[in-house]
Amino acid sequence: MGLALLVIIWLITFFSTYFFIAKTWWLPHGVAAAAPWIDHQFTLTYVIMGIVFVAAQGALGYLVWKYRDDGSKRAVDYSHGNTTLELLWTTLTAILFIGLNLMGSHVWASERFEPAHADAVPVEVTGMQFAWYFRYPGPDGTFAKTEPKLMDPSAGNEAALGLDTSDPSAKDDVVTGTMYLPVNREVALTLRSVDVIHSFFVPSFRFKQDAVPGLAIHMHFTPTEIGDYEIACAELCGLGHYKMHGMVHVVSQDDFDKWLATREAEKQ
Amino acid sequence: MVAQDAHAHAAPQGFIRKYVFSLDHKVIGVQYYFLALVAVFVGMALSLLMRVHMIWPTAVLPIFGEIKPETYLQLLTMHGTIMVFFVLTTAPQSGFGNYFLPIQIGAPDMAFPVLNMLSFWTTFVAFIVMLSAFFAVGGAPLHGWTGYAPLSALTNSGPGEQLGADLWITSIAIFCIASLMGALNFITTILDLRAKGMTMMRMPLTCWAWFITAILGLLAFGVLLSAGILLLLDRNVGTSFYVPLVVVNGQVMAHKGGSPLLWQHLFWFFGHPEVYIAILPGMGVASQILSTFSRKPIFGYKAMVYAIMAIGILGFVVWGHHMFMSGMSPYSAFAFSIMTMAIGVPSAIKTFNWLGTLYKGKIRFQSPMLYAIGFVSLFVSGGLSGPFLAQPVLDIPLHDTAFVVGHFHLIMGVAAIFGMFAGTAYWFPKMFGRMMNESLGRIHFVMTLIGTYCIFMPMHYLGMAGQPRRYSQFTEVAYLHKLMPLNTFITYAAIVTIAAQFIFVINLFWSMFKGPKASDNPWEATTLEWTTATPPPHDNFGGHTPVVYHGPYEYSVPGAPKDYIMQTDPAGVTAH
Repeated sequence: MGLALLVIIWLITFFSTYFFIAKTWWLPHGVAAAAPWIDHQFTLTYVIMGIVFVAAQGALGYLVWKYRDDGSKRAVDYSHGNTTLELLWTTLTAILFIGLNLMGSHVWASERFEPAHADAVPVEVTGMQFAWYFRYPGPDGTFAKTEPKLMDPSAGNEAALGLDTSDPSAKDDVVTGTMYLPVNREVALTLRSVDVIHSFFVPSFRFKQDAVPGLAIHMHFTPTEIGDYEIACAELCGLGHYKMHGMVHVVSQDDFDKWLATREAEKQ
Repeated sequence: MVAQDAHAHAAPQGFIRKYVFSLDHKVIGVQYYFLALVAVFVGMALSLLMRVHMIWPTAVLPIFGEIKPETYLQLLTMHGTIMVFFVLTTAPQSGFGNYFLPIQIGAPDMAFPVLNMLSFWTTFVAFIVMLSAFFAVGGAPLHGWTGYAPLSALTNSGPGEQLGADLWITSIAIFCIASLMGALNFITTILDLRAKGMTMMRMPLTCWAWFITAILGLLAFGVLLSAGILLLLDRNVGTSFYVPLVVVNGQVMAHKGGSPLLWQHLFWFFGHPEVYIAILPGMGVASQILSTFSRKPIFGYKAMVYAIMAIGILGFVVWGHHMFMSGMSPYSAFAFSIMTMAIGVPSAIKTFNWLGTLYKGKIRFQSPMLYAIGFVSLFVSGGLSGPFLAQPVLDIPLHDTAFVVGHFHLIMGVAAIFGMFAGTAYWFPKMFGRMMNESLGRIHFVMTLIGTYCIFMPMHYLGMAGQPRRYSQFTEVAYLHKLMPLNTFITYAAIVTIAAQFIFVINLFWSMFKGPKASDNPWEATTLEWTTATPPPHDNFGGHTPVVYHGPYEYSVPGAPKDYIMQTDPAGVTAH
């Protein structure tokens, strides 16, 4: 049984590690400014934890086979432990775990401690059961008031958000169900929810943030490649959670300006 | 001891007082165990339906019919809740703890036998209330076992959020009361009823684990109880603790000014210690068994005790790592993250010490040992994905994906369940007076170990590829389509692994009546439960109180006549 355990534990270790190393399933190609940093920290953590994983499982399999009771008269090592060893591996683990954590913290700080640049593209993202709406403030740069009483989800877009048309700055607010962003420009996101908690998750951007009713959460990121990317809701929000998805189209600055102008014209 | 005499009570006569409303901690322990056994099969059946629905969303099942997306979420909510409360909290602590804690410390019963009976029957009521949610109008709630507000606080946020959700939270509140009573009883028993010579540092590591777990329970369940009452008020009385001004499907709700994050803080203040409530008793059992079956003292007993304490203390200051993406201050995320990485240190110490215990031992591969080795393997695998999730910056891609599901199932789910398998195989002879079947034990162990890895390891890959958790179907989001083959593989693995659990149950019940008779100490172990008769008499030690002379793990002591020295043996080493 000792040999059987060794084989089972080592095979499990081999297959688990193989699919990580082969990257058969992996993070999608990252297309935001922070993605290389996050991926680097991920890879670093993965390599360290992978070594610990293989070492610990390897040792477990080896020890149970090596020290099986094979009926021989071999004496057991009567020992209650070793304080020096305890202190050694406590210190090493502490340095390893906390050091690893500190190494990644600058990415978190730049993502979340700093506000967006002044010239970032402002977009408001609103989640509701079970759709995402995106609002652009238009030339005046101001988001108009929204009014809960006016919200009509069945009408979609402006009406769904309850845009208060008596507010003069509402005239140029554009609301869409698909997100358009210019490439290589920072996006200043304001995340809201009207009903329950949703989570705005774009795997390709390495971006995720809950949208919480009652809060306006300000975030920022910079898409770096033109293309179409999927948004998935990552916080359980009700029976339609699995189909609460959307698209981000990252386009050139020219195409973005044209798209926005067209939408503005449609509104008039 | 005086305290013990005061708590002695006569053996009960009659079926009801003996087996139903019993004051005997051993009967109560068995009652908890079987409650958890029923619960785990309910929870497992729900997970089977979930896995089937994920792969064949339109399949029409016998009896259940078609599973709708909302039905899937109801299954998911009840699976998580039943497993966490009525299995992972119930069997390792209340089941085995009730039965063996008093015996292992040389006490005739728990400190408060009536309270003990009351806590079991309160738990039983909680379970019935939980199951009744299935039959409420609208069905069981769909807000997940974490019950995030406002989804859980509004009655019109989805099917099952009417009466079903009220029953769900009521059941949890009742469960909290039961757990508080149990925790109080455990702590008092350990502090007051230890036999002569049983110092704290001579207690088996199982007792240390139950002790720290009880303290965690005492501090955590009170908070959940309060949070649950506030949720009931929000739902039924119109208060707004958790609900701000919201508009559900065009309808402006009457709430105003509440904080959805308040629920998350209160819930996880309970929820994270709960993880350790589930796993610490398993750690205790694994330590006990690894030492016994390696015929070697546990490596670093004191370090193990300090590690359990450190895990207990740190377990209360890491709850925010569940909330990195919640909108909480990014600065506090930084603090929670450091604390979370720190809790990895005592966990690593325990792993090192388990490996150190095996080193130069003489390992016997009876089924308790197999499950304990499985526990260590799963604990390592589940533990090492922790440092990914503990880093806020890596939590951005991984939070609320299948990666998290794989992580916590391996460590708090399956590792803890392997702890229960190990405990069952180890203590079965003492509890039922017969031996379990070794061949069935081995087959079940091998199938379950490989099976659980096949289920939960691929979930890490799915999570990295961005598969969010709690999706009933993968039809709508296009990038999930290519992950279907892996999801299908998991479902097949789950079907086989669930089938293998019947081997365990057959072994359990067959051995209970037909297994070979067990001797008083079949494993040649040293702790007090192996000094008494099998099964133990009503007062545990047949009229006398044991006196303890040694630490719990004196195996292979040089010069001793046998390769183990009982804790009650006056001869032999005195240093420990």
